[in-house]
Amino acid sequence: MEANQDLYKPGYEIPEELRQQVTITTLERIYNWGRSNSMWPMMFGLACCAIEMICTAASRYDFSRFGMEVMRPSPRQADVMIVAGTVTKKMLPQIVRLYNQMSLPKYVLAMGACACGGGPFKEGYNVVPGIDTYIPVDVYVTGCPPTPQGLLNGLLTLQKKIKMEQMKETGWYSKEPVVEVPIPILGPDVYDPRKSDLIYTETHKPEVLSTEESTMEGESK
Amino acid sequence: MNGLGLVKGLALTFKHFFSTYVADIFGGKNSIRRRGTIDADGLFTIQYPEESVVIPEEFRVIPFLVYTLGEDGQRKYRCTACGICSKVCPTQCIWITRMKDPETGKPITSSQEFYIDVDKCMNCGTCAEFCPFDAIKMDHDYRIASYTRGETHIYPKPQLGKPLEYYAKIRPLNYAVEEAERAAKAQPRQ
Amino acid sequence: MTDQPGLDPTYSDLLNEFPQAVELEARPGFTGVVVLTSALIDVMTYLRDRKGYDYLSSVTAVDDFPEDKLEIVYLLFKTTGGGIIELKVFTQRDEPVVPSITPLYQGAEFQEREVWDLYGVKFTGHPDLRRLLLWEGFSGHPLRKDWKEPFYEEEVKPFKTRWPEGKGVRSENLNPFKDNVQYPRDFDPNTYEPDADRSVYKLLESQIPAETGDFKVDHLVVNIGPQHPSTHGVFRMAALLEGEKVLALKPVIGYLHRNHEKIGERNTFVQNMPFTDRMDYLSSMSNNFGYAITVEKLLGVKPPERAEYLRVMMAELTRIASHTMAIGFLLNDLGAFFTPSLYALEERELILDIFESVAGSRMMCNYFRFGGVVRDIPEETLKSVKKLVEDRLPRKVDDLDRYLTDNEIVRVRCEGIGVLTAEEAIAYSASGPILRASGVPYDIRKVDPYSIYDRLEFDVCYRQHGDVYDRYLVRLDEIRQSLRILKQVINQIPEGPIMTGKVQYMVKVPAGEAYGRVEGPRGELGFYVVSDGKPNPKRYHVRAPSMINTTSLEKMCVGGKIADAVTILGAVDVVLGEVDR
Repeated sequence: MEANQDLYKPGYEIPEELRQQVTITTLERIYNWGRSNSMWPMMFGLACCAIEMICTAASRYDFSRFGMEVMRPSPRQADVMIVAGTVTKKMLPQIVRLYNQMSLPKYVLAMGACACGGGPFKEGYNVVPGIDTYIPVDVYVTGCPPTPQGLLNGLLTLQKKIKMEQMKETGWYSKEPVVEVPIPILGPDVYDPRKSDLIYTETHKPEVLSTEESTMEGESK
Repeated sequence: MNGLGLVKGLALTFKHFFSTYVADIFGGKNSIRRRGTIDADGLFTIQYPEESVVIPEEFRVIPFLVYTLGEDGQRKYRCTACGICSKVCPTQCIWITRMKDPETGKPITSSQEFYIDVDKCMNCGTCAEFCPFDAIKMDHDYRIASYTRGETHIYPKPQLGKPLEYYAKIRPLNYAVEEAERAAKAQPRQ
Repeated sequence: MTDQPGLDPTYSDLLNEFPQAVELEARPGFTGVVVLTSALIDVMTYLRDRKGYDYLSSVTAVDDFPEDKLEIVYLLFKTTGGGIIELKVFTQRDEPVVPSITPLYQGAEFQEREVWDLYGVKFTGHPDLRRLLLWEGFSGHPLRKDWKEPFYEEEVKPFKTRWPEGKGVRSENLNPFKDNVQYPRDFDPNTYEPDADRSVYKLLESQIPAETGDFKVDHLVVNIGPQHPSTHGVFRMAALLEGEKVLALKPVIGYLHRNHEKIGERNTFVQNMPFTDRMDYLSSMSNNFGYAITVEKLLGVKPPERAEYLRVMMAELTRIASHTMAIGFLLNDLGAFFTPSLYALEERELILDIFESVAGSRMMCNYFRFGGVVRDIPEETLKSVKKLVEDRLPRKVDDLDRYLTDNEIVRVRCEGIGVLTAEEAIAYSASGPILRASGVPYDIRKVDPYSIYDRLEFDVCYRQHGDVYDRYLVRLDEIRQSLRILKQVINQIPEGPIMTGKVQYMVKVPAGEAYGRVEGPRGELGFYVVSDGKPNPKRYHVRAPSMINTTSLEKMCVGGKIADAVTILGAVDVVLGEVDR
């Protein structure tokens, strides 16, 4: 009972004599407690951070202590997607597709500076400046790469977030169909179908562009 | 013989399993502390939130700016806005605005603003290595998970500042060497 | 002209044999010969068949913008040892065309595709000239000097906007799309037809054999990756199957193309050092080593004795860490899910602890500087290296050996799989354990010694069969040899300084070119750096062993079963950061 202190908070006074005998909690809390302690991460590594993710899974740091032992390569069986490493434009459609294939409730943890916001390779022509422009991210863990302890800290932060969720507000019991994130398309450069109007207007305004190019070169073409 | 390799492999796994108990029984008090180190036999796990791996002095995460507290409680940063860290930064994630004298408009050796984009920082330690004033140093705090990104991942100067005592605590050997050098430099003038 | 002192005699033979087509490189600081485009194939054939230059190390290009000139650079070696032969071909920048040498050296296939992708050089006679790292349909050839990336700020670093008037601004806020993208002026996303990998599938379907007899066979195209637990990252193999048999297999790479070379050309020389860490992220110390000795060649500095010992110590520890991990993950691919890897990772963790206390980071060490290393090794750490090398690691490697080498399943799954003969391995420019497992004792530490390797005792490990099992054994042997080297290093390490001169953040590198190579855990890791006297390199090319080793992947897999393709990939031991850069 000592270990489940965060579970044992029903929100009203419990008689002293009952306290040692039974655990009273809310359905919400026990539900979230169960969920947060059986997060199955997706076995999905992109770059350097993936190696630190493997080290976190390995014997020294061992995130199975938090109920995360089963790394599933299939998105259908995974609860949390650890985007570990640099997201490139060529890889982006696959990542979004994997995210769409995950079943609710699903969480995304952006691991490393690259997944959070582009990282050291941000200026490169093939790098996405942060995965959160395409899919929603729950927890950001920066660092290049975050050490296994840093990642564990991030995963515990995610658990905290899950424990604060309320059943009423969660999306996965609603009758509305789940809206999928549109998959980006690889054209002359990667493009988000949601932004196609913006792209059309930006690429079809010749006069403004030509003056802009001469003053702030390379910023847009 | 078929199956012998399998038995051998299983024997190794079992040896690994039981050596934890052997180490615990015969290792005395220190057996738990030895886990995850070079002397470890058997169990290798470090129970992270309760205990953590010993961090070596040179460990580096995000840079921070060293300051000392003045008598009036004002932070006195060591940074002189010389700009070497922002020039040498491989990812160019450091922005510095040099402070200007409000009357004459001439630059002063102090920074008005100082930003580090932690989403670009690659924790390489180059800024700390080349800083001639020991003003920027690498932090040890790896617990930097957050729920939001946006502008909060561009650290401004107040967030980057950490007291000198903190620096002396996380890097005692480096601190001692630098202080000795400072003392040696200050000596001839007196 | 032909009897210049210090010139490789092969060059004079070349000049005598092809007086019309070959001339010596005249620019100061540059070596090699310039060959006319029309004579390239003849010269290459002559070098390969008559002079024994059987190993094509690297093919790359240099853009001479604003001059209307592109250089294609070929670097050749002999597998019996000896110096480098460097050939250059000049071509104009608009519509550059060069004959392909892939029919002569199969190892050029991916490298020529890379040059086409990044520079737009058309190689006539290339069997399959598609984009390698980017996708079909991408606009422009990014490594050209006049091509600007969407987040372009200035030509070279340091950027002037950072100091003294720096304001923390994200690049996204400067781009109209709020993203790292740019489009051609007439791009209409609503009518655009993407290629969507059609070129790969078409190529695979062209390999379907004609139907014979009444028996109808179905063929199936299977994509393994880019997200697959046994592709070691974001590697993708598109395979054409007949039942379980692989008829054709095309590696598709570029899913981790992080523009290492483009960024490297914007960086100053010192700024490139931490970027090399992230290339082959399992062996960052080796990458540092390669880059450091290359720039040291240009600078003409030599690190002090203690620094050399520290460098070799770190490089060999890296090799052990990388090879233990490679063995662990090979077993993962065989189905021994994670148990051997866990044992391997334990030892790796201990080695990473040493890196952490010496360099400050577990994986991204950034430890080498031009003319030395960053900091000395603490006394305490040296003791733990000693303990690790003399006591723990030999014991653990023996454990791993006992556990795996004679295991029936390992033998059945590995022996005779993915065979590459010595001739094929050389032709495909394979290097490292792949080459040595095919019976070619080619180890750069022995044939072209750098640092202090000529003073250390060790054997080159090689095996004869060229299959997956031999690659595993070579790795195991190399761990033992590395331990042998480390024992000598620990006993002989002298006291003294660790840096020649003072570390400077703006290094003045004289104009010229240099190719430095080290024997990384995955093979010949080479850096080709061209400087034009400015603070930034004009060309920064990495000869990535993993990428060139994947050239032979199709050869190894075709004819085998699809389950073996995974094993073969595991034995090649690719690191995607290096494959795609």
